[in-house]
Formats: sequence, structure tokens, C-alpha cells
Amino acid sequence: MSAALTFKNVTLGYDRHPAVHHLHGDVKAGALIAVVGPNGAGKSTLFKGIVGMLKPLSGGIDLCGMRVRDIAYLPQIADIDRTFPIGVYDMVSMGLWREAGLFGGIGKRERDKVQTAIAAVGLSGFEERAIGTLSGGQMQRALFARLLLQDARVIVLDEPFNAIDAKTASDLCDLVMRWHAEKRTVIAALHDLELVKSMFPETLLLAREPVAWGNTKEVLTAENLLKARRMCEAFDEHAHECAA
Amino acid sequence: MILYDQLIGPFAEFAFMRRALIGTFALALGAGPVGVFLMLRRMSLVGDAMAHAILPGAAIGFLLSGLSLFAMTAGGLIAGFVIALGAGVVARATELKEDASLAAFFLISLAVGVTIVSLKGNNVDLLHFLFGSVLALDDPTLLLIAGITTVSLATVAVIYRPLVLECVDPGFLRSVSRAGGPAHIAFLALVVMNLVGGFHALGTLLAVGMMMLPAVIARFWARDITAMILIAVVSGVISGYAGLLLSFHTGAPAGPAIILVAGALYAVSVLFGPVGGVLRQLFPGRHLEA
Repeated sequence: MSAALTFKNVTLGYDRHPAVHHLHGDVKAGALIAVVGPNGAGKSTLFKGIVGMLKPLSGGIDLCGMRVRDIAYLPQIADIDRTFPIGVYDMVSMGLWREAGLFGGIGKRERDKVQTAIAAVGLSGFEERAIGTLSGGQMQRALFARLLLQDARVIVLDEPFNAIDAKTASDLCDLVMRWHAEKRTVIAALHDLELVKSMFPETLLLAREPVAWGNTKEVLTAENLLKARRMCEAFDEHAHECAA
Repeated sequence: MILYDQLIGPFAEFAFMRRALIGTFALALGAGPVGVFLMLRRMSLVGDAMAHAILPGAAIGFLLSGLSLFAMTAGGLIAGFVIALGAGVVARATELKEDASLAAFFLISLAVGVTIVSLKGNNVDLLHFLFGSVLALDDPTLLLIAGITTVSLATVAVIYRPLVLECVDPGFLRSVSRAGGPAHIAFLALVVMNLVGGFHALGTLLAVGMMMLPAVIARFWARDITAMILIAVVSGVISGYAGLLLSFHTGAPAGPAIILVAGALYAVSVLFGPVGGVLRQLFPGRHLEA
């Protein structure tokens, strides 16, 4: 299978300190990959690198012909202004940006699409509700509806199931599996190892250094997890320049 | 007939009142939507700062060619753009946040402006600068204000989606489009343009009132941004009309009278507005079943 993106010995970080150190490898098109690691392991940093919000300190990420705009990205802490006077329906419709752009009309076909997406995440009846009145889980559902509409080949989810009840998480998991069945590439940062083992065939275990990457069962061994846990979170202020 | 004399007569009788009315209507139409976006982006005071920033530009125009509409407009626009961009550049290049750098820029700008005007002109000129002359709008000025309003409405229509998106979810906008940056700059340009238009009618100090007061009034009456924009425009129009009447009948200066009416509308909205107004907070009614 061809690659959807390639990490070419990429190092990402802040103020010259690496947060993801020398990551190398291919994400195959249609892969369903979990990115696992302790807090501060560089999961979010890696995702920011993928969507171009963070320039690599060295090396690079090859999008294999895709543009950054072709990737749908759900950040861990979305900087959404929830006091803004806008309803769920309009919020979800933003997912149509690639089709509608600045001026494109939203016709009957598009309205049906929005309606279907809202129904798919179980938010029917919430269309006119202001986003400020949604609970955390409902907001996450709305954001997933928007992702559905984005219709992207590659979907990057940063801890999508945090602080969400079991029912919502399971509903949203079903959507992820649907994307996988549609041969889309999905990369998701997760903390729930049981969920990872049951759903994700492939795992990248990150602890600033890539600890292991491959078949989930072979990656999530006690030995690897211990190695990841030993990672030192703090930057060393007196670190020497990396020779590699 | 008394009612007619009170409410319509002044405009039927005096051309300068009709001009003033059209001028303020145009201002309300152009500045209202811009004010709503400023408020939703938590930039309510940016309008204030920009209004001060325009002053030295207009003053330099005045210095070079007297009370010339073209020179003062061009000066105001240039000064406004320079300060908006300058503050933006300093904010991005240094540790200073945008509001802080804007504060520094507009204070310097205001001092320069007042110095220039008082060195060259007299106090009457200074008053014209600060408080405008809505009752003495000539044709070119009226055309200028109408032109600015037209451009402003058209531009808001063009950049509406990125503008809304950048308020709600800037990260998402960045991930799907590059329109955010240009839209932001176009929006700042609209702020400057509308303030320059308002400055001819109401002066620098009150121009921002026609922009922000209708917007904050609208916040108390609508939960939806489209409705907010409409309400802002309507309350601007009402303020203009009632303010001019107030000024006509009492002899109060017209510019401040317009803003005072807007201020009164604001007070009413704070008290009785259905969206988070005081009365609504005190007597929310019994809660519902589900």
C-alpha cells in the first residue's frame, strides 16, 4: 500500500528543545493508528507538525502529494469561542468549507448532508441550540459531525475521547471505525490502552523518542510501556546540541 | 400637526437636517456590522484606540491644505492603516501583546495630532476635529460617507464567512483556508475607513460611539449574529434620527446628542434586554420541566 504520509527523521519541538525526537517511518494510506504515550510525550506536538502548525526543527514530514488542507484535524483543546452567538447547525456546516469556500452556496444537497451528519453523531434536535449551551460531550459530537462533513482522506484526532462518557465515546468510536472501513487514514492520540488494543491495529508508542511502532500487540508490551514511562518530561536547560 | 412639527418638520424644512439625517443613516449602516464583529472579537476598545490614531493623519492633511476633505480623509486613512499595521507588526515581532502595542501607538499618535492642530489652527478647528460637524455636511462629504458605507457593506459580505469562523474557531479556519489573515487585514481596514467616515460627521471622539454602542445594544436583544447586525444597524439609525431631533429642539450639539440617544438605548437594553439583561437576571421566571 502507498504511504499517506512519511516522517523523514523529523524532530519537532519548542525553543530548540525536541518534543518529538528523530521520528522515522510511513503512515500507510488507510491505516488506523493509535499514538500512545505519557503526558508530554510529544503526541500533540507531532500532530501540530503534521498539519503544519509547527515547523520541524530538523528533518521533515512528507504529505505525499496532499495539501495540509486535505487533512482534517481535531485539536485536543480547540480554541473555540463558546460564547459566540452561533448554533450547532452553522457550526457543523463549517465542515463544508472545502466545497463551499468563501462564497459557495449551501443548497438542498448540502443541507441534507449537514442534517445527516448531525443525525450520525446523535445530535438531532440540537440544530438551533447555541454552542455555548452544549455539554463537553455534546460539543465533541458536534465537532465529529463537522469532521464527517470535511470528507478528508486523512483524519488526525488529538485525544478525542477525553472527559467524555462511555456512551458518547463508543458512539464516536463507531464513527472512527466507519472512516477506517471507508479506507480513510486515521491517526488518533489516546490514553485508554484497552480501547487501543480492541480497536487500533497499529500503534506508535511515543515518549519524546519513538519507543516502538507497529502491530499494536507487539508495541504495547509491558517492557515498552515501562520504557515510555521512564521518559523525563522536563527539558534539560543545559542540553548539548544533538549530533544525530 | 404638533407631532409632525416635532418629528418630521425639521427635516422637511431644513436641508442641513436632511443631509445630517442621511449622513448618520449611512454611518449606522456601515459602522453597525463592523462594530458587532469588533465586539464579538473582544476588540471593543480597539475602535476607540483607532479613532485616536486617525487624528494626526487628518491633522497633517489639515496642516498641508487647510480644511480640505480629500487631504484630511487621505491623512486619516493613512494614519489609521499605519498604526493598525505597526501595532500588529510590533505585537508579532516582540513579546508585547497586540492591545498593549496598540495602546502605545495610539497615545503617541493622539499627542502628535493635538500638537499639530494647536500649533497651526485655533480652538474652533480643534473642536471640529474632536466633535465633528454633522449639521454642516456638504455634498462631497456626504458622498464620501455613502461611498465608505457601500464599500464597507460589500466587503463585509465578501469576508463574512472567514470573519465569523475566525471569531468562533480560528484554529479550524487556519486548517481549512488561508483566508483568515487577509480577512483580518480587510476587517481592520474597514474599521479605519468607517471611523474616518464617522470622523467627518461626529469627530474622532464620537465616531467610535456610532460603531460600538449599537453593537453592544444588539448583544442584549439577539442570540444570533445575523439578528445582532440588523439590530445594531436599526439602533444606529434610531439614534441618528432621535439625536438630531433632540439637538434641533434643545440646541444641544448634534454629534454628542446622537451618541447620548444611543447611550440611553444602551441603558434601556442593559435593564430590559431579553438576552442577559438585568431584569431578566433578577426575574428569570420559573424553570422549565425539561
